[in-house]
Amino acid sequence: MLTDFPGCSAGSIVSPCYLSACQGENMAGLMAAFGCYTHAIVRGVPTSLAKEALRTGQAEVDSSKAQREHDAYVHVLRSTLGLEIVELPADETLPDCVFVEDAAVVCGDTALITRPGAESRRRETEAVKGALKELNLNIVEMADENATLDGGDVLFTGREFFVGLSKRTNQRGAEILADAFKDYAVSTVPVLEGLHLKSFCSMGGPGLIVIGSSEPAQKALKIMQQMSDHRYDKLTVPDDLAANCIYMNLPNKGQVLLHCPREEYPESAKVFEKLKDHMLVPVSNSEKVKVDGALTCCSVLINKKANN
Amino acid sequence: MTTESGTDSEAKQHQQQQEESTGAPKENPKAAEAASPQNHPEQLPAAVGHSTPARKEQETQEDDQDSRQSSTSRLSRSPLKGVKKVKIMQCKVTLPDGSDYTLNVEKRIKGQVLFDKVCDHLNLLEKDYFGMTYRDLEKQKNWLDPTKDLKKQIRTGPWNFAFNVKFYPPDPSQLTEDITRYYLCLQLRDDVVSGRLPCSFATHTVLGSYTVQSELGDYDPEELGSDYVSELRFAPNQTKELEEKVMELHKTYKGMTPAEAEMHFLENAKKLSMYGVDLHHAKDSEGVEIMLGVCASGLLIYRDRLRINRFAWPKILKISYKRNNFYIKIRPGEFEQFESTIGFKLPNHRAAKRLWKVCVEHHTFFRLVSPEAPPKKFLTLGSKFRYSGRTQAQTRRASSQIMRPAPFFERSASKRYNMSRSLDGAPITENHESLMKDSDGDTNARGDIITTVTAEKKAEEEKAEQEDACAETTEPAAGSVMPLRQEPKDTEPPTEMVKHHTNISELKRSFLETDAGVPGLTEWERRLSSSPAHSARADEPPMIEPLDLRDDDSEEPTGDERKAEPKVIEAAGYLLNCTADSTVADGAPPSGPLEISPSATTDDDVFVAEEKTPSSQDDLSEKSVAKLVREEVTQAIIDKRGMLIILKEAEAETENLMSKMEDATQVKGSPKKAMASWVSEVARAEESEVFRVPTKETAKTFEETAKTFELSKLDVAQIALPGTAPLAVSTLGWVSSSVTSEKASTEKEQKILVATETIAAPQDCTGTEGGMVCPKETPVVHTETKTITYEAAVGDMNGDTDPGVLLSAQTITSETTSTTTTTHITKTVKGGISETRIEKRIVITGDSDIDHDEALAQAIKEAKEQHPDMSVTKVVVHKETEITAEEGED
Repeated sequence: MLTDFPGCSAGSIVSPCYLSACQGENMAGLMAAFGCYTHAIVRGVPTSLAKEALRTGQAEVDSSKAQREHDAYVHVLRSTLGLEIVELPADETLPDCVFVEDAAVVCGDTALITRPGAESRRRETEAVKGALKELNLNIVEMADENATLDGGDVLFTGREFFVGLSKRTNQRGAEILADAFKDYAVSTVPVLEGLHLKSFCSMGGPGLIVIGSSEPAQKALKIMQQMSDHRYDKLTVPDDLAANCIYMNLPNKGQVLLHCPREEYPESAKVFEKLKDHMLVPVSNSEKVKVDGALTCCSVLINKKANN
Repeated sequence: MTTESGTDSEAKQHQQQQEESTGAPKENPKAAEAASPQNHPEQLPAAVGHSTPARKEQETQEDDQDSRQSSTSRLSRSPLKGVKKVKIMQCKVTLPDGSDYTLNVEKRIKGQVLFDKVCDHLNLLEKDYFGMTYRDLEKQKNWLDPTKDLKKQIRTGPWNFAFNVKFYPPDPSQLTEDITRYYLCLQLRDDVVSGRLPCSFATHTVLGSYTVQSELGDYDPEELGSDYVSELRFAPNQTKELEEKVMELHKTYKGMTPAEAEMHFLENAKKLSMYGVDLHHAKDSEGVEIMLGVCASGLLIYRDRLRINRFAWPKILKISYKRNNFYIKIRPGEFEQFESTIGFKLPNHRAAKRLWKVCVEHHTFFRLVSPEAPPKKFLTLGSKFRYSGRTQAQTRRASSQIMRPAPFFERSASKRYNMSRSLDGAPITENHESLMKDSDGDTNARGDIITTVTAEKKAEEEKAEQEDACAETTEPAAGSVMPLRQEPKDTEPPTEMVKHHTNISELKRSFLETDAGVPGLTEWERRLSSSPAHSARADEPPMIEPLDLRDDDSEEPTGDERKAEPKVIEAAGYLLNCTADSTVADGAPPSGPLEISPSATTDDDVFVAEEKTPSSQDDLSEKSVAKLVREEVTQAIIDKRGMLIILKEAEAETENLMSKMEDATQVKGSPKKAMASWVSEVARAEESEVFRVPTKETAKTFEETAKTFELSKLDVAQIALPGTAPLAVSTLGWVSSSVTSEKASTEKEQKILVATETIAAPQDCTGTEGGMVCPKETPVVHTETKTITYEAAVGDMNGDTDPGVLLSAQTITSETTSTTTTTHITKTVKGGISETRIEKRIVITGDSDIDHDEALAQAIKEAKEQHPDMSVTKVVVHKETEITAEEGED
């Protein structure tokens, strides 16, 4: 049951590839090509994840399988895609620490260190901040004690931000994000179901939003479209969780899409497989997803070239 | 810094003469003195009403050689000038580069003249993106209306203006001339430096580097030194680090021409999210501080820096304002049957009006192919204000005709950047925060007043409204028969008519589109569902909820919208309808509440005539024949600036719908050229010079675009009332160019507010269309006639061809205490057959004590009797009732 926009059926997605190569230099501020990354910050999986990580479901987590999956994920980033990986050690006292995405939002040369909505996760930002500093990014911190923001609620489309107002992210957090990234419009989107905004959507390319087909997901998409001055194509996948994928635009690789494998979401995987212009890389995530961790959650992607 | 010398300055002294006549009495002696040719402008008393204060003058003279010359030349020439001369005002215009341009203009000129002069000075051909601004007493930036007299806009204070970009082209590369882009760049630099256009550090460096390249050329360490950028401003808080980064980038631009650098600048700037967004402070229905941003694509709603909603132009069916409220009516969404109206509170009435105007203008400029003709009929309700300039489409077409060789122009070394004020004269700190503060300040200031006035304010207001309404209706009664006025412009060229028709057809088409989804319902019915009175749901907390109800638009954009574009564009004709319009006297005390309270002495304006959701709507609507269009009269009596604002709103939406239906079912001959044009009416108060009453006066003008101006020049279209006495009327001129081109039809127009949405217009249609005969006579107390005769090929609007030659049009108005009947008779010759078509518009005003049904029945009956030989082909009823409880609170 795909409901795609007219002229954009799953089979013939025409994602407007107006940015096909990484540009850098002069265009630093606004024009950095979407999806261009050079570095990724990841963090080890603590054994405490299986038992103590926050979760909305009840499924049992196979700790070692989670570890294997994560290793494979990092391997893809490093070897397959050639990113420089900054790997932070796991912290057993922070069972959710593998989900580094929530700790920072990086856009251009600015990194906003978040204030995660879950109290138990606040300290996760420390290590991430250190790593970002190492990478010479401009660090902006969220000092306001009333603000909460999880990176998982932040969808950057290349032209603007959407911030999900969820259990983990509030208005104030979104405001601080807007202050940190002044070039861009920052629109808020209520997240009615699911943990984060990106629990049911992500970018599949410049101007292409991958979206789950659940009603809340579709609703959120509508809101995003209404709020936006830009036009997006959408790629609807049957499973909300499968809508979380990772898009990159890499030198020598072109458009890359890390997405769910067939084994996990057969129907959704089929949709991804119809994308012709992307280098498709299925990445397993069956264990971390049990603690609400999606693909994007496990890395912070950075484009250092743009920051020269 | 340039000054127009000689020619303008010569008449300078006359300005003083004028001051004498317009200045406050106590200043007369001085002014008279000033009138003597010997006087230099410096000696003008600073307080003289309309003049440029002496301080101002001195400034100019000090830093402007030319000015000095002009004053001397004035001296020598003055004897030559006759006794009575045009009054000359000195204007200071802040140019895009931050410099001031001083010029003298006749006091009576329109804004356009000044604007043109400045454009000439700037050698700018692609003018339409620009405009002039001035600051009002509240220090708020206002756009100079090119169609109105300067003096009516700058009521007090020095004549200081700024030349600004008004419509930021979404794609600056489509501008034809480099010089235009240069001025756009200058504006944007100022926007950036002042904080109005926020951007990141990285963007500051990029924009800054292009600025440097454009102004200084290639990086050249020998010539430029190492610190060359620090004299330029790039950011509100410029740091050494920023300057270094700018230099770093600058070094890489070798060989880039200034024009190229500006192009790069613009390509970056245009992507900033706040590019071209005109922000206005407001509060949502819950009192939460928000900002409304008007831009090329629509209306953006911000809370702090966050965008919490956005309404693209195609999504907005109507914008209106009333008092300090601003309303947008939203096209129903996919899952929503009814339109919703969302209301916002602006700090005061003027702010609401300002916002409304900016919306009208942006919508027209960016969304329409050609500007919408202002409502021509004098009985249309609401503001006559329309954007009268060219639209983007038109200006692009026009600029493609520009043949001149690229003009040489000097890129001045940013005088502005060392100055402590920004381009438009605002403090340089103006950014969101400071704006916020400003508004807070305002609010507080007002708050004080509110506390003193509050208790009675509302009741008073209500009462006064009624009184005013009464006064309005009764005034002619006592004044006996008004002099019938022959329209001085009988020979008015037909072009307007033609335009008008086009407009109507647009309206209809648009309504077809609009209503297609929900047949049988009128605008009015739908409105009910969400009129501000109980539309809480529409503006629920995050203002987001309505979104999913209106998401049809989100579908549109992807595919449909583009295709539908032409249509939508036309459709826009219906869009802009204002509830009210008024010119607020600047002299009004800067107190919000007072402004809106209608007590006849101090306030300038009262706005009413809003759609009001009647509590008793059900019963009324069932019959739905009654009509109640509320009229509001406001008398602004401010020393020497009397204003009477009559506000009526009656909308044509129902009619549109009906006429469409007719179109669909009937063939020619039906009164299909409905009255879409009764969209809104404004009676705007104009300053009356001739009929000025020392303390209080009311001047009323029914302006009719082009004609208006002539009229006002003739001092014709004015009524002067001594004080609030509603009865004495000295003169009244009404102009009307309302036209209907076919068949006789009688129209009753009303606002219908129906709770039961299904009843609506269709029913009315059928019910009334057969022709209504009702008994009774209403005493006609006062009649006004207005005749316009012209011959014109009247363009047809529905494609059903049949121009027909309009022979004459006549409008007669009669009023009784509770009804105002306007009869509009048009005679046309079509295919050899002469047709007389009569439209009657009956406005019944009154509170719930009046039996509107009865009143209407009477009116219809009367109409019937007056024209026994004609058949009623159509009756349209709008009814509007009000909920007083919802009203007038702050």
